[in-house]
Amino acid sequence: MTAVQDAPAASPEIGRDRRRKEDQRLITGRTRWTDNISLPGMLHMAIVRSPHAHARITGIDLDAADKAINIYDVFDGKKLQDTMGVLVNAWPITPEQQAPTHYPLAVDRVAFAGQPVAVVVARSAAEARDAAELVDIEYDVLPAALDLKEAAEDKVLAHPDLGTNKVAFWQLDSAGQGSGRAIDEVIAEARDGGIVIEREYRQQRLIPAFMEPRSVIVDPTGEQITMWSATQIPHITRFLLAATTGVPESKIRVIAPDVGGGFGGKLQTTPEEWITWAVARWIGKPVKYTETRSESLVSAHHGRDQWQRLTLAATKEGRVTGLKVDLLADMGAYVGVVGGGVPVLGAWMFNAIYKWEAYQFNCTPVLTNKTWVDAYRGAGRPEATYAVERLMDELAVEVGMDPLEIREMNWIKHEEFPFTTVAGMTYDSGNYEAATAKAKEMFGYDALRAEQKERRDRGDRVQLGIGISTFTEMCGLAPSRVLGQLNYGAGGWEHATVRMLPTGKVEVITGASAHGQGHETAFSQIVADRLGVPFEDVEILHGDTQVSHKGLDTYGSRSLVVGGEALVLAADKVIEKAKPLAAHLLEANVEDLEFGNGRYSVRGTDQGMGIAEVALATFAAHNYPEGMEPGIDAESTYDPINFSFPHGTHLCAAEVDTETGQITLRKYVCCDDIGNIINPLIVSGQVHGGIVQGIAQALWEEAVYDDSGTLVSGSFVDYLLPTAADTISFEIDHTTSPSTTNTLGTKGVGEAGTIAATPAVVNAVVDAIRHLGVNDIVMPMTPERVWTALQGGGRGTATVEAAEPHFEGQEDSR
Amino acid sequence: MIPARFDYVAAASVEEALQALSQSDDAKIIAGGQSLLPVLRLRLNAPELLVDIGRIDSLRGVREDGDALVIGALTTHSDIVTDDLVRRHALLLSKAAAEVADNQIRHRGTFGGSCAHADPAGDMGSAALAMDAEFVIAGAGGTRTVPAADFFVDLFETALGEDEILTEIRVPKKTGWGAHYEKFVRVAHQWPIVAVAATVNASGGTINEAKVALTNMGSTPLRASATEAALSGATATEDGVRAAADQAGEGTNPPSDLNGAADYRRHLATVLTRRAVLAAAGA
Ligand SMILES: Cc1cc2nc3c(=O)[nH]c(=O)nc-3n(C[C@H](O)[C@H](O)[C@H](O)COP(=O)(O)OP(=O)(O)OC[C@H]3O[C@@H](n4cnc5c(N)ncnc54)[C@H](O)[C@@H]3O)c2cc1C
Repeated sequence: MTAVQDAPAASPEIGRDRRRKEDQRLITGRTRWTDNISLPGMLHMAIVRSPHAHARITGIDLDAADKAINIYDVFDGKKLQDTMGVLVNAWPITPEQQAPTHYPLAVDRVAFAGQPVAVVVARSAAEARDAAELVDIEYDVLPAALDLKEAAEDKVLAHPDLGTNKVAFWQLDSAGQGSGRAIDEVIAEARDGGIVIEREYRQQRLIPAFMEPRSVIVDPTGEQITMWSATQIPHITRFLLAATTGVPESKIRVIAPDVGGGFGGKLQTTPEEWITWAVARWIGKPVKYTETRSESLVSAHHGRDQWQRLTLAATKEGRVTGLKVDLLADMGAYVGVVGGGVPVLGAWMFNAIYKWEAYQFNCTPVLTNKTWVDAYRGAGRPEATYAVERLMDELAVEVGMDPLEIREMNWIKHEEFPFTTVAGMTYDSGNYEAATAKAKEMFGYDALRAEQKERRDRGDRVQLGIGISTFTEMCGLAPSRVLGQLNYGAGGWEHATVRMLPTGKVEVITGASAHGQGHETAFSQIVADRLGVPFEDVEILHGDTQVSHKGLDTYGSRSLVVGGEALVLAADKVIEKAKPLAAHLLEANVEDLEFGNGRYSVRGTDQGMGIAEVALATFAAHNYPEGMEPGIDAESTYDPINFSFPHGTHLCAAEVDTETGQITLRKYVCCDDIGNIINPLIVSGQVHGGIVQGIAQALWEEAVYDDSGTLVSGSFVDYLLPTAADTISFEIDHTTSPSTTNTLGTKGVGEAGTIAATPAVVNAVVDAIRHLGVNDIVMPMTPERVWTALQGGGRGTATVEAAEPHFEGQEDSR
Repeated sequence: MIPARFDYVAAASVEEALQALSQSDDAKIIAGGQSLLPVLRLRLNAPELLVDIGRIDSLRGVREDGDALVIGALTTHSDIVTDDLVRRHALLLSKAAAEVADNQIRHRGTFGGSCAHADPAGDMGSAALAMDAEFVIAGAGGTRTVPAADFFVDLFETALGEDEILTEIRVPKKTGWGAHYEKFVRVAHQWPIVAVAATVNASGGTINEAKVALTNMGSTPLRASATEAALSGATATEDGVRAAADQAGEGTNPPSDLNGAADYRRHLATVLTRRAVLAAAGA
């Protein structure tokens, strides 16, 4: 399937700005968020966490807690050791990978501040919390590995038994795999008469900060043990529960009810889930655990956190020739479910939209005694895009060219698609010229450049800068064979079922697991068009392994491009399956039937019947052809043949107050090419939210630890999330180069904004003050960092200071 | 998160509240709850008894008393923003209150609670200080009045005793004075990194008198005395106020945290003072 097939002639739903049908319940909260669920006899759990980054547990006294009011039971790691299972990494990036054993509840040692150490189960959540304060744990504090670069030198070991902090070394080399020349050769050539740019960039640590804190309930009563969890990955969770706790998969039901956001932060199998599982099974009653926001910030996995050493080689005219990437990626204390695979996803993206002769990507995931790090919106690709888009600006300066022109000189031309990159990926379609031209026009590029010059000449207190990001990404994870080659522990297919109900309504089951994306709406639009039934008649079911028995969940902008395709295939099967019955009832030949707009009609006559009538006839089963089973429901499993490669041009204008370092966004436009669009309103939402998250990395968010390994930015007072008041209105538009690898011609959009926005903003700020001697500012670009850079104080360093969070010190208020 | 257990009394009058306070060694007053509740929920504090003064209507509202405005301790930030008397006679308070947190919090948080909490990053303390406000405190032995300069003692510490209640804030009228509260933040809903409260009596482009106080530049709101002195008679232009504003950071002892080191804050204080004064002077 390489060509785009025509969408049905009448397609009133696809392309419509449908309001999301799930929003009423999601926004009002009148729905089944996990914490809203209460089961008869349910107990509540509180977790006692380590205050130390690295320590040996020398004693746990649970007596006082056990005697507190309404306490049901208390646990430590030793008590649960045999039943709690372990948390695994599903993507060992090399066969030699070194990863510490990750017990859900620490057994004898803690490796980060926030790690669960003991558990109290009570009749109410309040009583559990009160009793948790009575648990007395003695620690023998050990030296902690906190700084990523130092950890990479194995100065202090995060897990002494492993003998090293380095998890693995993973390389992609264009010469080695035959997709390009040798990098050292190309860099040597550039050193001799060309241009070599060497930079080191910091990807600060971020916290996914989903809106709904994680919550889990385990009900061990009944034949199947049921887990409700605020997770992105009910299917993977079920599989891993079976694999690590010895309960047969057929005895496990995992339900992700409505889930309030994830951004990759709920793409995890968590200690909290595994502990609740073990405790509920031990006690034999339903147990609920809901984390506090503070617990969420300190213990749910973080994102990004890399040092990137980069060498770009180019000719003196500015044609890029080589790119070498050396990454140190902080994994935190444990290697999570995707783990080292996250930075490795960047391997195919640092080269971006440009044509290189040679490329090498080296990645070392490193263990530290901080919160673990795993997928966060974009996962590996924002980091890569940031680096290369920052470098292209540096190259433009070096050559003395406009940064858009230097990009155009180096990017893949639209007539060159499909194009196999120096990293070995084949981009199927795209048109960077068209997207850039449109974005430039929307932006008023030339006028803003003129204003920038005018302000510079005048020495205005407020300087203006323009930032560019011509990003691409690979998403729609993922062709199963490719994942197999990468040692990923699962496939990348998706499953769908279409059930035709007797009343003509349609139940659609997807293995994708929405947590705020709007799948119910977009998928209904697809199915409505395909089957010719009203949008309102389609119901999308997901997230419960008993209903959706097969699936690989939602992450990596995969739900539409992979899951949507499975839907199409299943719907098409229904149409085919029902055809003999329709023909039978119409007393016509199957070959004479055609299907369109929800009706089978007999070619050349006015005879026909709607698919709803066929569904009812199937249910009644009073009259159907010999040899046919009375059923027209269908299932399909779709395995993509390639990733999808959305791209876009994002332009940002930012003002910098040179007196204070304050940054004000002035204008932000983007033109994304995400192929065919199912629902423009949902796309706008994804793009807007994505951009805000990208801007937030550039300007506001950072998980900061003090020198003893305590998370300083441990509340939303100190971890700065933006609100609508902090952003500007974005102008967004699209060009359309349909994907050639799925029938709907769609490309993923879930991560695009986040990937594109960060470099656009940083480029804008650096562009505003480059003439004042600044060529980099470490993210987040706080006003202080900007101001310090303007004073000649450099770009700033990673934040590692003993700073006090806002609420600390308020114990004795008044 | 769930606070630890506490007892609760909703007082109907100041007397009742004082009575309740005197009966526990570990009681706390709760007004709008916007500072106290986060502290309780994070379990940084676990008082035995909360005395809710929120239903004492006599503590709410603004009235005139000769040359002063009298603002009840329970008057919300939101009411301060919009109140006509405040806008006419104490514009600075209205401007500062408009910058506190967000709308929801402004509708619950109170002027009295803000001052009593004495968060050095709180916006209302420096505005009250610049306005030469006086704090009326009720206790078992009666009522006393403390000037702003003596009210703010240290980080989260005021002249209020354990069993006392702040009932009113008396503010000398500064009718016709211009005012501006210049708050420097990274995101809108943040406590100030530094802020400057300025109210200015200017005529014909000349500053006759200026009152300037700084937020988050030390453990209490600070009066920029040298700046104030240097401003009297200055012309209300960038150059006219620059030298005076440049003295704003002197003698301050700001914190260093994720949002900026002390030196950066001192620098900010000078820039923000210049801007606040000029804006207050209508320049
Ligand atoms: C998310 C958030 C953001 C915020 N941002 C800002 C900001 O940007 N700027 C800012 O200035 N503030 C901010 N605040 C704090 C807010 O202004 C509070 O309203 C204010 O600090 C406290 O007022 P309250 O009435 O809520 O007091 P409470 O929380 O009820 O009490 C605070 C303290 O004062 C004591 N107290 C209260 N009233 C009296 C009284 N009459 N007599 C004696 N003692 C009393 C209490 O015992 C307690 O110790 C923020 C709060 C939140 C939750």
